[in-house]
Amino acid sequence: MNENREFFYRRLHSLLGVLPIGIFLIQHLVINHFAAYGSGSFNTAASFMHNLPFRFVLEWVVIYIPILYHAILGVYIVLTGKNNTRRYGYFRNLMFLLQRITGIVTLIFIAWHVYQTRVATIFTQETIDFDFMEAILTQPFFFWFYLIGVISTTFHFANGLWSFLVTWGITVSPRSQRIATYATLLVFLGVTYLGVRSLLAFGMGV
Amino acid sequence: MEATKPKQETITLIVTRQDDPSSAPYEETFKVPYRENMNVISALMEIRRNPVNADGKDTTPIYWDMNCLEEVCGACSMVINGTPRQSCAALIDKLEQPIRLEPMSTFPIIRDLAVDRSQMFDSLKKVKAWVPIDGTYDLGPGPRMPEKKRQWAYELSKCMTCGVCLEACPNVNDKSDFIGPAPISQVRLFNAHPTGSMNKGERLEALMGEGGIGSCGNSQNCVQVCPKGIPLTTSIAEMNRATNIQSFKNFFGSDSNY
Repeated sequence: MNENREFFYRRLHSLLGVLPIGIFLIQHLVINHFAAYGSGSFNTAASFMHNLPFRFVLEWVVIYIPILYHAILGVYIVLTGKNNTRRYGYFRNLMFLLQRITGIVTLIFIAWHVYQTRVATIFTQETIDFDFMEAILTQPFFFWFYLIGVISTTFHFANGLWSFLVTWGITVSPRSQRIATYATLLVFLGVTYLGVRSLLAFGMGV
Repeated sequence: MEATKPKQETITLIVTRQDDPSSAPYEETFKVPYRENMNVISALMEIRRNPVNADGKDTTPIYWDMNCLEEVCGACSMVINGTPRQSCAALIDKLEQPIRLEPMSTFPIIRDLAVDRSQMFDSLKKVKAWVPIDGTYDLGPGPRMPEKKRQWAYELSKCMTCGVCLEACPNVNDKSDFIGPAPISQVRLFNAHPTGSMNKGERLEALMGEGGIGSCGNSQNCVQVCPKGIPLTTSIAEMNRATNIQSFKNFFGSDSNY
C-alpha cells in the first residue's frame, strides 16, 4: 500500500464522498424536511439529532474529518485538471467540468454554513431551531446563497455517485453507465426536492 | 457529382508553427493548388515542394511526422480543425476551409506539427504491455484462446499509440503525471491473453502506481475521439474493478497476489 499511496488516496476520496458524506447529506436533508410539517416537527427532529449520544465523536468522525479530507484532495484534483469543454463539448466532459465547479461552490457553501450554524453559535449561545434558520433564510441574500449552495451540493453528490460506480468497477459496460446516468438524475431530483422544500419552509413559510 | 459547384482552385491552410521545442508558436497561412482526392499530408507535401506562404514570401517547409499513411501507425496525429486525428486519414474534400492545423500540445513539441510521444511508450514499459516468454528453453505451445475472445481482443489491439486520447483527456497535462487511457486499455488486453494473464498482477500493480488509473476523472473524452473506436472507458472501468480487487487482495488477502 505504501507504494500505491496515490491510488489509495484517490479511492478513499471516492469512497468518503458516498460513505459517509453522501449518507449524511441524505439524513441531513430528511431531517430538514421536517420543517415542511411546521416548526414543532422540525424542532423535535433537530433536538433528537442534537441530543444523540456521543454527538461530538459522531460529528467529527462521520462529518468533519471525511469532508475536510474530501475537500482538500478535491481542490488538488481541480487544480491538476485542464478543462477542455470548449473543444470537446461531450455530455460527460460537461459533467466533469460541472463536478469541479460544484465542488468548489459546495466547499464555499459548507464552510460558511458550518461557520454560521456551528462556530458562530458557540459564542452567541443561540439554539439552532426553526426560528434560527427562519431568521437567516428570510433574508433574500441568504435564501439565494443557500438555494445555490444546496443545489450545488446535491448535484455534486448525484454526479459523484455516478463516478463512484465507475471508479469502484460496478458499472463497467456502456449500457450500465448510461442507465446509471438516469438513475443518478433521479437521485439528484429527489435529494434536491428535500433540500429546496425545506428552504421554502424556512424562507417563505410555505 | 455536383455539376453546379464551382471547382476549387486553391485550398487554404492555417498552420500553427514552432521553430524549436522552446520557442514561441506562431501561425502561418498557406495557399495550395487543389487536386482531387487530396489529404492533409499531400497538402503538406505540396507546401514542402514549394515553401511559400500566402503572402508570397519564402519560408521554411513545415515539419511533421508520418509513416504508414493508412491510419495504423499513429505517427501523423495532429489537431485538424480542432479535432485531434491522423492527418493521413483527413481528406481535404471533407474538411471545412480554411483548414487549421495545430500540433497536439499535450505532448512536448519538437518542431511545427511534430510532437514527442515517448511518454506513451514509457507508460507501456511501465505497465509491462507485452507477454513475457523469453527464456533459455522452449516453453512449448501456450494455452489456446477462444475465437470469440480473440475477436474481442483484436479490437483492443488496434491501439496505435497515436496520442489522440491523451490530447483530449483533461487530466493529462503538464500539471499531472497521469499516463492516460491508452496504456490502461493495453493492460486489459494483455491481462486477457491466456499467457499474458500469468503476469496480470504486475501490470495491475503498475496501474496502481504514480500517475496510474487513480488519476482518471471519467470525462470520457477518450472514447469519443479514439480513431480506432476502442472501448477505452469500458477498459478503464474494468481495470478499476481489477485494481480494486488487487488492492483488497494485497491488504486483506493471502500472500499469493501474483
